[in-house]
Order: sequence, then C-alpha cells, then structure tokens
Amino acid sequence: MDKPFDNRAWLLVLPVLAFVLFSALLPMMTVVNYSVQDTMGANNFFWNGDAWFREVLNPATEMGARFQGALMRNLAFSFVALLIEVPLGVGIALCLPRGGWSVGPILVVLALPMLIPWNVVGTMWQIFARADIGLFGAALTGMGLHYNDTQEPISAWSTIVVIDVWHWTSLVVLLSYAGLRAISDAYYQAARIDAASRWAIFVNIELPKLRKVLVIAILLRFMQTFMIYTEPFVVTGGGPGNATTFLSIDLVKIALGQVDLGVAAAMSLAYNLITITLCWIFYTIMTQQDRRGAA
Amino acid sequence: MNRGGVLPKVFLALYLLALMLPVYWLINMSLRTNEDIMSGLALWPHHPTFQKYLVIFRDPTWVHAFGVSLTYVAINTVISVVVALPAAYAFNRYRFVGDKHLFFWLLTNLMAPASIYAMPFFNLYYAVGLFDTVWAVALAHCLFNVPLAVWILEGFIGGVPREIDETAAIDGYSFPRFFIRIFLPLIANGVGVTAFFCFMFSWVEQLLATTLTATTALPFAAVMTRSYSASGMDWSLLAAAGVLTMIPGAVVIWFVRNHIARGFALGRV
Repeated sequence: MDKPFDNRAWLLVLPVLAFVLFSALLPMMTVVNYSVQDTMGANNFFWNGDAWFREVLNPATEMGARFQGALMRNLAFSFVALLIEVPLGVGIALCLPRGGWSVGPILVVLALPMLIPWNVVGTMWQIFARADIGLFGAALTGMGLHYNDTQEPISAWSTIVVIDVWHWTSLVVLLSYAGLRAISDAYYQAARIDAASRWAIFVNIELPKLRKVLVIAILLRFMQTFMIYTEPFVVTGGGPGNATTFLSIDLVKIALGQVDLGVAAAMSLAYNLITITLCWIFYTIMTQQDRRGAA
Repeated sequence: MNRGGVLPKVFLALYLLALMLPVYWLINMSLRTNEDIMSGLALWPHHPTFQKYLVIFRDPTWVHAFGVSLTYVAINTVISVVVALPAAYAFNRYRFVGDKHLFFWLLTNLMAPASIYAMPFFNLYYAVGLFDTVWAVALAHCLFNVPLAVWILEGFIGGVPREIDETAAIDGYSFPRFFIRIFLPLIANGVGVTAFFCFMFSWVEQLLATTLTATTALPFAAVMTRSYSASGMDWSLLAAAGVLTMIPGAVVIWFVRNHIARGFALGRV
C-alpha cells in the first residue's frame, strides 16, 4: 500500500465522528449499564455483575438454550437469504441496460419494494400469502403445494425468505449496477481486442472491480438479515411454534413481554458482540485480498 | 453489462414482473374496501374506490405527518452525504493514526439493533431539548446513515485512480475546488446510490422516528398505526398509506438515475 501517511486527514473525518458519537456514545453506555443490573420494578436497580451474561451464554439454562436456538435459526436464515440474494442481485445488475430511456423506469421498479415501510411490507404479505384471498398463497395452493404460512413451519420459514429476497435483492442490484457503470470502458475495449469471452470479462474485469461494492452489499445484507424483526413479527409472529423466532423477536419478547430489562440488555449486548465479531471476520477476510491485490 | 442478447432481457423482464406483483397487490388492496379484501380473491378491484386515499388527503394529521417525514429525511440525507464525502476521501487516500479501527467502529454502528436504543435515545434528545422536532429524528438517523454513506462512498472513491488527484494538484487546483469540480463528477454513481440509500433507510425507519416525536413532529409511520384500531385492522387504509409512501423515494431515484447509470469517463476532466 502506497497511501501517504498524514494525520491531517483526521480533519476530514472529524465531522463524521462528531455526528456519530453524539448519537452512539450515551445510548450505548445506558445499555451497558442495564446489562449489569437487576430491577425489582419501580426504578430500583441493583448491581448484578455478570450473572445475566452467564445465564444467556450458557445453553444449559433455560434462557441460554432459548438464545442459542434463536441464534442458530437466525444464522441459517441469514445464510440462505444471502445465498439467494447476492448471486441473483449481481445477475440482474448484469442484465440491466447500460443506458437509454428504460434505465429510469427500471431503477424505479427495483427501488419500490425497499421504499415501503416495514410494517406495511409485513401486512401486505400477510394478505398476499393467504391461500384464500392472496395471490401468492392462492397460486402456490393452486399448483398443488401444501402451503400455509401460519400453520406450517416450512411454509412460514420459506415465506420469510421469499419476502426478504423480494424486499432486499434490489439493494444488491443497485450497488452492483452503480459499481459496474463505474468501470472504465478502456477495460472492455481491451477485452474486445483480446476476443475475451463473456465469462472471462465477468471473472477477470467485472468481479474484481465489484469486490469493494460486493463487500458492502454482503455485510449490509448480513447485518440486516441478522437483525430482521418487523417482517416475521407481522407475518408469522415468530411462529408456528418458534420456527421463525429470530434473535430480535426473542429479544423484544423478553424485554417488553416479560419486562426483563437486565437479561434483555445482556442478551442484546451478546447479540451485538456476535454480530460485530462475525462482521469483523467477514470484513477481514474480504479486505485481506484487497491488500494482497494492492501489494 | 448487458450488450444485447434476448436472454438477459427476458430474465430481467420476468424478475421485474415478480417484483411488481406484491406491489400491485398493495395497490389492489388500497382500492378495495375491507369487506371486499377479506371476502375473496380478486385479481383486480371489481368496484374500485378511492375512498381511503380521500380519507388521508382530507385529514390534516396525515398531510402534516407526510411533510414532517419528508423534512427529516431530506435533512438527514443532506447531512449524511455532505459529512461523509470528505471522510470517505480521507479513509481511501491517506493513512492516519487509528484509521482502520475508526472505520470499523463506524461500521459497528450499523449493527446496533434499534429496539434496544429507543429508550436511551428518548432520554438523550429529551435532555438536549430536541425531543419532538424533525432535528431529533434527522440526527438520530445519522447513527446508521453517516457510517453507511462513508462506507459506500469509500468504495467508489477507491475506483478513481490517484493520478487524477496528483494531476489536479500540479495544475494548481486548490483541494476544495478540485474536490467539487473534478472529483465529485467522477464518483457520481456512488453519490447517487448513497443519497438514495440514505433517503430510503431514513424513510422506512419507524422505531426511532416514533420514539423521538410526540405531536408536532409526528412522522407518517406513526400516523399509520391508526389503521390498527380496536375495531380491527383497516387493511385498505394501511395499503393506501403504503402506496403513498412509495412515491417520494421513487421520485428521488428518478432524479438520481442518470448519476447511478453514468459511465466512467476520464475524458470529462
């Protein structure tokens, strides 16, 4: 890396730091504060040390088992959603026209699902997925599938995946498309002179140039799927049983439903730390190649 | 990129169609009465009615809330993009003490579940006297939008060769002039995408927006909860509100479409 070392660059970063610190610092401290205390109600808090953390992270306890179950369900969900959305998103971006009148309307259609507030997304799919009055449910039942998203775990789980793919693949598409358009024409001309195949252009020119954008898309989608709340809450309510009880849903159930602020705060910190660790691992692996490429 | 051929076009058309079906269903629902929606499957509204849209347009609370949401989202988008641009440049072009840690710390703010931050945010903004103003929501949304903007812009700045910076310096451009006149047009794709994403994430965020406001700065999303009432769910009202919420974002992406699709050409410098 031949980046010049210059601490004056801090001056360019300061405004960002000010804005983010203002919103991040105090709330984070409050949550940490809750996680080490217990309450008997009426704003009486007492020191509880690391007991909540021990309980949450030990799968032998009831809370721990619950946390682990939600964590596993959530990881499986994130993995499947990413596996569909990233290749599909890049594929669609490659199919988009390079310019012309159709770009505008296509971008608008792509953006529409993301612009609907999440509670409305849940509500519309609640109707859309019903076999009696919704198109999606009726179509699946019509094809002879045994589909019921409120009674059947597999239907419920796959409905949430379908909703997520419908809702968020456009994010990958938009990022990839902007990334593809930022590639200089000189590369394509060179490839044409070499008579490179379409696949060779994709692997040798487009994919490497897209790497940074794809890191963003993958990490962002991972974070969002890992924190998914509104859609399963509205569509399946975490059920049937606990098939779609992902981490956030469980967390809110504990924090609000059972007014267990301490254990909920400990759980959310553990959850937050797991998210950060996983993202850090992804981030390091994916940017490692960057460094090697630049060296 | 697509250089002709029928197969990509067919694939794209099918995908867009699948994307539009639920959106169509939302519009369909918004034009039917609740009894009609619950009574059976209808591929198109047999007795279309704009009644629920009129309910929204005639109620000053809905109209006011729509304006409030637009205001804080616009403030947030402008702040996010403007402060993120120089920072993204710094992260991409220089090394400085703590740069990598700072960058990753910024990203960690995207990973915080908003639900757990709602109460502390309420306390914070109440204490500084911003509670129930559009600024409270605009600033709170900076928590995730500023890091997101820095991150996306950094990726796009990395695609611009450093030689351009050096050439401009030799040609006697001052840094601000170089940044605005030469550099910004080169990363127009990134700026367009970033602005849209900031707009979108601030627009659909509901939890913080409702927690930080009471009456004067009530966002559209909070008014929407009126459709869940004791007498049951008002499906068509919620659908009509949902259809209306898609419009501002669609307008935004329409305006930045040329930036997003802009090809990279050094010739413009």
